[in-house]
Amino acid sequence: MSERPPVRKSIQEINEKIRSGRAVVVTAEEMVGVVAEEGPRAAARKVDVVTTGTFGAMCSSGAFLNFGHATPKIKASRVLLNRVEAYAGIAAVDCYIGATQVREDDPLNRVHPGRFEYGGGHVIEDLVAGRPVSLGATSYGTDCYPSREHRATVRLRDLRDATLLNPRNAYQNYNCAVNRSDRTIYTYMGVLRPRLANATFSSAGELSPLLNDPYYWTLGTGTRIFLGGAQGYVVGAGTQHAPDTPRTDRGVPRGGAGTLMLTGDLKRMDARYLRGASLVGYGTSLMVGVGVPIPVLNEELAWLTGVSNRELVCPVVDYGEDYPHGTGEPLAEVTYADCMAGEIRVSGRPVSTSPLSSLPRAREIASVLAGWIRDGRFQLGEPQETLPTAPWAGSVPGS
Amino acid sequence: MEIAKNVLLVFRTEVMYQPVIYRLAREFDLVFNILEAKIFPRREGRLILELRGTPDRVGAGVAYLAKAGVEVTSIADNIRRDDERCVHCGACTAVCRTGALAVDRDTGEIAFVPERCAACGQCETACPMRALAGVNIERLGGVEAVR
Ligand code: SF4
Ligand code: SF4
Repeated sequence: MSERPPVRKSIQEINEKIRSGRAVVVTAEEMVGVVAEEGPRAAARKVDVVTTGTFGAMCSSGAFLNFGHATPKIKASRVLLNRVEAYAGIAAVDCYIGATQVREDDPLNRVHPGRFEYGGGHVIEDLVAGRPVSLGATSYGTDCYPSREHRATVRLRDLRDATLLNPRNAYQNYNCAVNRSDRTIYTYMGVLRPRLANATFSSAGELSPLLNDPYYWTLGTGTRIFLGGAQGYVVGAGTQHAPDTPRTDRGVPRGGAGTLMLTGDLKRMDARYLRGASLVGYGTSLMVGVGVPIPVLNEELAWLTGVSNRELVCPVVDYGEDYPHGTGEPLAEVTYADCMAGEIRVSGRPVSTSPLSSLPRAREIASVLAGWIRDGRFQLGEPQETLPTAPWAGSVPGS
Repeated sequence: MEIAKNVLLVFRTEVMYQPVIYRLAREFDLVFNILEAKIFPRREGRLILELRGTPDRVGAGVAYLAKAGVEVTSIADNIRRDDERCVHCGACTAVCRTGALAVDRDTGEIAFVPERCAACGQCETACPMRALAGVNIERLGGVEAVR
């Protein structure tokens, strides 16, 4: 096998194959088997695109909305959508509705744990689902924009523009959360029972976008993706993007690491893949469905996309004391294979695990995206600039 | 064959201090397990019981309770998961200790077995999609506790 020359493909060549219906597309889960059975070089020759998927709460999400002018015109200085405030410190009828903004009269955590029934994530879901949303805009009035108040019931189709723009999505990797304190805690990592009674994790593992291109060689500004059920784009590195996180030989970061800033046209999206979430004791959020196609340009990428849950590790972090105070070290390093099997070992004890992100929906997204590509409806976007990366110290076995 | 059935018993004042429960064991040969209890003094008591026995005996025991003036509600018939809302994230499995909500390891879906539910109400708040309803001892199946 190693007599044959190394594989080198370009994104243009793969797009040519997609146009002529010849592209070979597999999901990241299927790629694990292909690489294990046929080796990275044969896998690189055979497979053109690996599709990934993830579906979970991504707090750093929101949408820019332009609600258009009524007569007389208004320069909105404060905007409420279903009583959730949208940031209005931009032009006259523009605003940004953020996923974690809660209602004006939300009781918050006054009776702990608060339930956070409705927030910006729900507004976005309601809009995408076509449901009516009440809009209330107020202003101080200017010579060019005299109106001081504008009230309306709007639907997504009535809005002039609606663009999802998520500053940080698809975290490459994440903590597995436990609680060593002696009381139940309510976190963005779910409900954690005291004295290491349970653990939660939030990753699609081997299906997860950035775990399949761990050095972001194919990803950057202009990469076309699946976002909320429609085609969207990578804007660039997300906030907190940290390529220098320590890694295993196969490039797996041992913690958070890379992130993506994403955008797409909200009007084309589907509420199946954008859902408002209420995290008890924490706040509201938006569950976002993201799928990223990874072009298999060479055998290195074949090898890296072939990574399985057994090689994907994450740190176990105490959210009782260590995380809130920024102290302590991870209690253990575990694999997603263990997390998904339902039990990990922490401090010598078995701890049962629960997922927080939806594996079935991650699978669905990877296969929907694969279908789009096979049908020639989705071409790969060429990144105009790839994300900040780190050097790879590992190598492809057998080459 | 033995079955297990989880029921909510509501004891209004009239029957609140009557010794009905022990007869379940003595006369109907049922094994019972108290899963949760709540007493609203001088008004009503609420008890969630797991009844174990042959289907005939469980049926007879439930009929006896009803005749004795206890309101009996089957938990499995009242807990609901809205399958349109559920996204199979799994957050509820962190709090469900009876296995009524558990990960199906093959599909990754969250399997829901109402028969195992003890109506602890934990999943109702833990679910970020608010997909679960009717599982709280105080508000079970429309029988609102008298406060
Ligand atoms: S927490 Fe809610 S949405 Fe998630 S799996 Fe459970 S019932 Fe479904
Ligand atoms: S109420 Fe919910 S958490 Fe409690 S036993 Fe029933 S399904 Fe499980």
